[in-house]
Amino acid sequence: MEGGFGSDFGGSGSGKLDPGLIMEQVKVQIAVANAQELLQRMTDKCFRKCIGKPGGSLDNSEQCIAMCMDRYMDAWNTVSRAYNSRLQRERANM
Amino acid sequence: MDSSSSSSAAGLGAVDPQLQHFIEVETQKQRFQQLVHQMTELCWEKCMDKPGPKLDSRAEACFVNCVERFIDTSQFILNRLEQTQKSKPVFSESLSD
Repeated sequence: MEGGFGSDFGGSGSGKLDPGLIMEQVKVQIAVANAQELLQRMTDKCFRKCIGKPGGSLDNSEQCIAMCMDRYMDAWNTVSRAYNSRLQRERANM
Repeated sequence: MDSSSSSSAAGLGAVDPQLQHFIEVETQKQRFQQLVHQMTELCWEKCMDKPGPKLDSRAEACFVNCVERFIDTSQFILNRLEQTQKSKPVFSESLSD
């Protein structure tokens, strides 16, 4: 039986569904989806910042792209923290 | 654990409560993640000039402010829409317009 996401819902051929295993697999799929989303947006932003007129290769832009990636992660983490704080504050005020 | 309730989840009203709770929690988490993605994208445009070796304090403060103002904007829009909906409905139920 093949591995991979979603191909085995913990049935193991016994016909019974294991909720625990399903939940774990769903969590993995969600994590993958989030990583893909992050990558897609990061690529978009860093392409815009670092590639002016597209040349014959990336050489000159690689350092810019590398820095951009790190800064995007910093930004993402800052936003995540700030949003979390705001949510806590809202809950405290309810 | 008796799996008769979870294996018949396709039926109505027979959802495993553990699964139900899991779905609620994960849905909430995803809403949070999606908003972080969205705000990071928006605030990047507003707060980031040229990516440097680190996120300087001004840019960091900008991101924090950006998040706060975005949430404020969202709340403002919801509140005002609710108010104006009472007097002059924007989304009318009849399509007679």
